[in-house]
Amino acid sequence: MPVIRLARLVRDLAAGATDAGPFTVRVLATDPAAAADVPAWCRMRGQRFVGAEQQAGHTAYVIEVTPTAPAGGH
Amino acid sequence: MPSHDPGTNVGPPAAPVSNTRRRLLDAASGPLHPVARDTLVAAVSAGWADADRLHAEGRTARALLDRSREVIATGLGVRPAELSFLPSGPTALERAVDGVRYAARRRGARTVASAVEHSAVLVPARARAARADDADLLEAVPVDRLGRVDLEVWQQACTVPGTVVAALQSANGEVGTRQPLEAARAAAGAHGIPLVVDAMASLGRDPVPDAWDVLVGDARSWGGPPLGVLVVREGVRWQWSGARADVEHGRTDVGPWVPLALAAAEAWQQARATSLADAAQTRALIAEVRTAAGRLPDTVVVGDPDDRLPHVVTFSSLYVDGEALVGAFDRQGYAVASGSACTSSTLEPSHVLAAMGVLTHGNVRITLPLPAVSPGVSADVSDFCAALAPTVAAVRSELGVGDL
Repeated sequence: MPVIRLARLVRDLAAGATDAGPFTVRVLATDPAAAADVPAWCRMRGQRFVGAEQQAGHTAYVIEVTPTAPAGGH
Repeated sequence: MPSHDPGTNVGPPAAPVSNTRRRLLDAASGPLHPVARDTLVAAVSAGWADADRLHAEGRTARALLDRSREVIATGLGVRPAELSFLPSGPTALERAVDGVRYAARRRGARTVASAVEHSAVLVPARARAARADDADLLEAVPVDRLGRVDLEVWQQACTVPGTVVAALQSANGEVGTRQPLEAARAAAGAHGIPLVVDAMASLGRDPVPDAWDVLVGDARSWGGPPLGVLVVREGVRWQWSGARADVEHGRTDVGPWVPLALAAAEAWQQARATSLADAAQTRALIAEVRTAAGRLPDTVVVGDPDDRLPHVVTFSSLYVDGEALVGAFDRQGYAVASGSACTSSTLEPSHVLAAMGVLTHGNVRITLPLPAVSPGVSADVSDFCAALAPTVAAVRSELGVGDL
């Protein structure tokens, strides 16, 4: 599931970069559910969804991650 | 030697072997109200005949069919001649839209519908637009985060020339959110566009809507058998292109099996008699589920918390798939649903949740049965609420996502 891999990546990157500023993650996915689920993940985890780009055979979802953003929420 | 051919050997089904008590929290497709079940069984003997035959058996069937139509028509506040029985709710819904569009074929062919309508509206409309190579033949009006149609876009959509039919649900069967029918009908009516209202999820559970030109229901929503109900208000221009004879007022090609119609009418009477108390009870139970689900980590409870169907709720949890949740609850005796209510494909996310922009995976949908169908529903909901947190946590840890 794209959001699981996204969450793992963000967790690992953030663990090594707590004092750094925001960084950008690009999720490449063919799963049509990602179109709803990646923005929903951002909303639920307090991260910023920048946008989606249609590319050949897949979609790229761009997320700006702030390592100190509060986890959880609704 | 058997006294008769053993035939299919299906016979009466064996009771499911299970040590766990089953708890029905997915009542979108039944089971029947117990009184309607008895009526159905009796009607199989009394009302089996073709209602068009002139012999005594046929006349009995006709009388039972007329009586069934009268009961449901009275309940909906319409005349019997306005009401037809169709084989299923989705069939009736597709036919409802078809009939309005065909009757207006000289003015255009454009459909306006909310993006969360049943696939019986959206799929054929999309297919027609594709065949005509004209994407404008369907305008799927967006909804907000709660699933409510954007009225400004809806109003604008109704002004587009060539728009001949508008379709909107009374409430969504997946997330429960009610739609603003009065305003939507006023906007469509201002341009002479009839409004088809899909009340398949709400009839018998929520007040009967009256802002519609064509109304569609499914007897399953009020504890009846699968049976479509199509009501065309007098004066609305409606014509079925395939009408061959005056079957069900020219709205279908085969009359209903009378026992089904009678069971549907019986279920209506029964549900109607207790509807206010049932709605209050299920509304409170769903509020309990909403509260319990809202406390789960990384979970969204979707749909309008107040302006909603009394008996439906959906929530989605991050990092788990719906099938795993359904399986985990099933093993504990809970029957719950997941994903789209109206497509069989598990690969496509629910178009309703996607249109709302909410999480489409890890989705659990509860549709409470009528209390008469499941007398233990209050206890079942309490136990389900208690089982929620440990079940979701267990599925997350099984999938190795417990630490995310």
